Amino acid sequence: MERMAKTLTKTIQSRTDNLLEVREFVMHAARRFGFSEEESSKIVLAVDEACTNVIKHAYQNAPNRSIQIDITHDRETFQVSVIDEGKSFNPNSAKMPDLKQHLSTFRRGGLGVYLMRTLMDKVEYNYSPGKRNEVRLIKYLTPSNSAARG
Amino acid sequence: MSEFKVHHRDGEGVSVIDLKGYLDAHTAPDLENAFQKLIDEKKFNIVVNCKDLSYISSAGLGVFMAYIEDVRKNQGDIKLTNMSAKVYNVFDLLGFPILYEIYKDEQEAVGKFAARK
Repeated sequence: MERMAKTLTKTIQSRTDNLLEVREFVMHAARRFGFSEEESSKIVLAVDEACTNVIKHAYQNAPNRSIQIDITHDRETFQVSVIDEGKSFNPNSAKMPDLKQHLSTFRRGGLGVYLMRTLMDKVEYNYSPGKRNEVRLIKYLTPSNSAARG
Repeated sequence: MSEFKVHHRDGEGVSVIDLKGYLDAHTAPDLENAFQKLIDEKKFNIVVNCKDLSYISSAGLGVFMAYIEDVRKNQGDIKLTNMSAKVYNVFDLLGFPILYEIYKDEQEAVGKFAARK
């Protein structure tokens, strides 16, 4: 398979007040790539969830660790990688929650992983604990989710 | 420029929280404080008006989950109103309409509390 071209990268410190900047960065790139506003909003939310997980879980709210956000693409594939060097968590142990039960017992948290998987076409993980953890959020551009539809 | 605002009004035995801007992991504590304050004051009939809420992530949704049980245990409720389609879609993805009453407009939600008396 042809390697995807690296187009954009941003590094932030692991603080929640940087999430807004990440969202604007991703929104701009997704719109430019050709996604509709609605579809771009889904990608933005998925990336917010990934970064929030890194801040809260991988870095356990330490404020000055770094999070790298890489956006790569080929003709139809748009990929956002969220990379950290913190504690990894095993995404396979985070089962898709039974939402009704989850909500009815008012359990908090754990919804971010569910949202990422629901909002994106594909979510991949690559973990080397303490060295480099990567979550890849992938969305394919199709006639139905592009800004040019209709 | 502030990215998120919580404003609270009281009237007719119902407290209304107005949300404005972005509700994410950074601003969720502001909403937590607003709920906590109402609960401390024993105000359990709560309407959250989302008219000016432009964004919500799971950190924001988690706040609603954290307080609903306390509020309902005290015969109150948290009802949500005036959501944009974009914000509603996120609530919907997580199945919130099963557990929370969501109304098009604030008066309708306030009226539901009044009708219960």
